[in-house]
Amino acid sequence: MSKESAKIKEPFVRIVKRDGATFRNKLAARAVAILLALVVDAVFIFSVTGLNPLAVYGVMFNGTFMTSVRFSWAMRDLVTLLCIGIALAPAFKMRFWNIGAEGQVLMGGLATALVMVKFGQSMSAPMLFLTMFLTSVIAGGIWGFVPAFFKAYWNTNETLFTLMMNYVATSIVACMTNIMRGKASSLGKLNMSNQAGWFPQFLGQRYNINILIVVILTFVMYFYLKYSKQGYEISVVGESENTARYAGINVKRVTIRTMILSGAICGLVGFLIVAGRDQTISTTSAGGNGFTAIIVAWLAKFNTFYMALISFLLIFLSRGASEIASAYSLNDFAASIIEGIILFFILGSEFFINYKMVFRGSKHKEVR
Amino acid sequence: MKKGMKKIISLMLAAMMVVSMVVFSTVVYADVNPDFKMGVILVGDETEGYSAAHIEGIKKAAEELGLEDSQIIWKYKVPEDSTCYDSAVDLVGQGCSLIVSNSYGHQTYMVQAAQEYPDTTFVSMTGDFAAISGCSNFKNAFTKVYESRYVSGVVAGLKLKEITEDGTLTAETQPDSFDADGNVKIGYVGAFNYAEVVSGYTAFYLGIKSVMPNVVMEVKYTNSWFDIDKEAAAAEALVANGAVIIGQHADSTGAPAAVQKLQDAGTICYSIGYNIDMLETAPTAALTSSTNDWDVYYKYAIDTAMNGGDIDVDWAKGYDEGAVSITELGESCAEGTADYVADVEAKLKDGTLHVFDTATFTVGGEQVTSAPFDLSFMDYTADPPVAIYEGETVEAITDGYFAESEFRSAPYFALRIDGITEDAEAVE
Repeated sequence: MSKESAKIKEPFVRIVKRDGATFRNKLAARAVAILLALVVDAVFIFSVTGLNPLAVYGVMFNGTFMTSVRFSWAMRDLVTLLCIGIALAPAFKMRFWNIGAEGQVLMGGLATALVMVKFGQSMSAPMLFLTMFLTSVIAGGIWGFVPAFFKAYWNTNETLFTLMMNYVATSIVACMTNIMRGKASSLGKLNMSNQAGWFPQFLGQRYNINILIVVILTFVMYFYLKYSKQGYEISVVGESENTARYAGINVKRVTIRTMILSGAICGLVGFLIVAGRDQTISTTSAGGNGFTAIIVAWLAKFNTFYMALISFLLIFLSRGASEIASAYSLNDFAASIIEGIILFFILGSEFFINYKMVFRGSKHKEVR
Repeated sequence: MKKGMKKIISLMLAAMMVVSMVVFSTVVYADVNPDFKMGVILVGDETEGYSAAHIEGIKKAAEELGLEDSQIIWKYKVPEDSTCYDSAVDLVGQGCSLIVSNSYGHQTYMVQAAQEYPDTTFVSMTGDFAAISGCSNFKNAFTKVYESRYVSGVVAGLKLKEITEDGTLTAETQPDSFDADGNVKIGYVGAFNYAEVVSGYTAFYLGIKSVMPNVVMEVKYTNSWFDIDKEAAAAEALVANGAVIIGQHADSTGAPAAVQKLQDAGTICYSIGYNIDMLETAPTAALTSSTNDWDVYYKYAIDTAMNGGDIDVDWAKGYDEGAVSITELGESCAEGTADYVADVEAKLKDGTLHVFDTATFTVGGEQVTSAPFDLSFMDYTADPPVAIYEGETVEAITDGYFAESEFRSAPYFALRIDGITEDAEAVE
C-alpha cells in the first residue's frame, strides 16, 4: 500500500487550504493584488489609448477627491451601497443567498414614492415621514418574506426565487412610474411644488441624513450579528441546520425572520434613496447596488466595518472610472475595463488568502 | 523563504508608495483658459443621432469662436434623473460659467442647480418653463424645426403631385393608397403623443397640403425616441395601410430603411427623414430630411455668455437665422423641387409665409379663431395636479395664424386638425 502511494506521480502544483492567515498576511496579499492590478491596467491603458497611465490614475483619484462636493457624493453613494450590504449580511450569514436586494430596494422606494405623491399635500411632515418609513420597510419586508416562506416550507431555491423577484419588482416600478408620470415625458422630481416628503437639509445636504442613519445601522448590525441571541441563531443555522435543530432552534422561524429583516432594511434603503437622494423613483433607482452589495457583504465576511471599507473602494473605483471617461473623452467601456481588472485582482487575492499552492518538490508538512 | 517573501512584499509596498506619490503630484487637467469654460450634459453620446447633432453643433460653434477643446467639458449618457443635477453641480465646480443640457427631462434637475448657483448660466435645450421659473440664470432654447418639417412636406407634396399627374400613382396602380373620397394617403411615425410631435406632424402635413390639397395622414406612435425596430414596424404598417409618403419624428433610420425595402419590392412609397441625411440608408426612397442646425444657437449662446451678456430666456429661431434646414434632395425628388423649395424657404425667412396659417386648416370642420394656451408647468404626478410654476394663459392665434414658439421656445401647437388621424394604439 505505502509503496503504491509513493509511486503516484506528484502533480506539479497542488492547492491546499490555508488556515488562519494572519491579518498582516491578508493585508499584504490585498496590497500586492491592487499593485498588480494597477500594473496590468497601466499596460492596458498605454497599449489601447496611448495615454500616460500615471496621469490616468491621477484623474481616477480626482473622481472622488478633487472637490469637497465630489467627496460628499462619494460618501452618499457609499452609504447606499453599504446599507444594502448591511441588509444582506444576516441573510448571507445564514447561508440564505439573497440575490434580491435590488428588487427589495425598489419596492421600498416605490412605496415611499407612492406615499409622497398620494399624501404629500394632505399629511403633516412628521406623519408623512413616518408613513413613508413604515410602508417602505413593510414593502421591502414582504419582498424578503415571500422567498423565505417558500424556502422554509417547500425548500425552493432561494437564489433563483429572489432573483426572479427582482424582475417582478422592476416591472412593477416601470408600470407605476408610467402611470404616475401621466402626461409628462418623464417622472422628474416628485412633489416639486411643495417638496413634501423630501428630507430637510442637514449640514447643507439632504443626503447627510442618509449618511447618519447608515452609520448608526452599521453599529447596530455589527452588534446584532455578533452579540445578540438572534445573531447567534443566524450563525448556527448558517453553519448547520441539523445542529440548529438539535439545539432547539426553530429553523423555519429564523429563516423567515432573518429574511424579513434583510428585506426590510433593503426597503429602508429605498426610502433613503427616494426621500434623501433622488426625490423620485425609476427602475434604475437601485442602480445595480443590490448586486454590487453582494460583493461587499461577501468580501467583508459580514463584518459591517470592513463592509464600509470595501464599499469605499468600490465607489472610489467607479467614480474614478467615470472621471477617466469624462476627462479623456473615452467611452464608459474603457473605464469599466480598468475598474473590472482591479476588482478581478482583489477577488483573486481572496483565493490566495484562503488557499496556498504547493509546488512539486517543495517541502510541505501534511497532516495524514 | 519567508524572509524572501517579506522582502518582496516590502519592496512592492515601497513601489506602490512611489507610484501613488507620483500619481498625487501629477493631477492632470490640460491647461485651461481661465476666462471661459462651458459644460455640456448630453443624454447620449456620438453614437446616438440626437446628441451627435448637438455635439457637432457645439464643436462647430466652438471652432468658429476659437475656443480650445479644453474649454468644453463633456458629460455623456447622463440620464434624466438626479445624475443630471450631480453633473451640473460638478461642472460648476470645474469652473464652467455656461452649462447646457440637451434632453427635455433634464430640466427639473437643471433648474435645481440653477437656483443654487446664480452666477452660472444654465440652458435646458427643449425645456419649457424657464420664463416662468423665476430663476433668471435658467434658460430654454429650441429651434423652429416645424418650419423645416413644413419644407420637407413641400418636397413630399411635389413628389406626390408628380406621380399622381404622370399616372404612376392612380386608383388602378395602387388602390389602397386612396381613401373613399379619392384622397391620397400618407403616414407619419411619431415618437410620443406630445405637442412637440403634434406640432411637427401638422407642419409636415400642411407642407404637403400646400402643394397637393387632397391628402389624408395617419400617425402611428412608437412611444420611444429611438427604436429602430418599432419605427420600421410603424412604417411598414403605414405603407400596408396605403401610405405613399412616410414622415417621421423619431431618431433612428428604421422608417427610411423599411420604406426602401418596400419600394424595392415594388410598392410606390417614399420617406422623409429627420435629423440626418437618410440617402445612405434609403438611396431611392428618401427624398430629404428636416434637420436642426444647432451650431447657430450654440454660437450665439457661447458668444453671449463668454462676453458677459445675458442669453435669451426663450430662444427659438428657424429659417430667419438659419437654425433649421432640409438635407440634400434625393435623386427621386420631383423635377423643379429645388427652385420651389428655395422660394418657400425665402417666404418663411422674411415672414410672409406662416406655417400654421388658420386659412389652411380646420378643426372639426371649422376655421380656428381662438386657441388659448396655459403656460403653467404642471406636476401631473401630484393628486390633484398642481402648478409647479404658474404661467399666464395666452391667446396663441394672432393675425390669422397660430403663433408657434413665440410665447415660449418649446412647441405648444396641440390642435388636432382635420385630415389627420392618430392611431390610438402605439406600435408594439
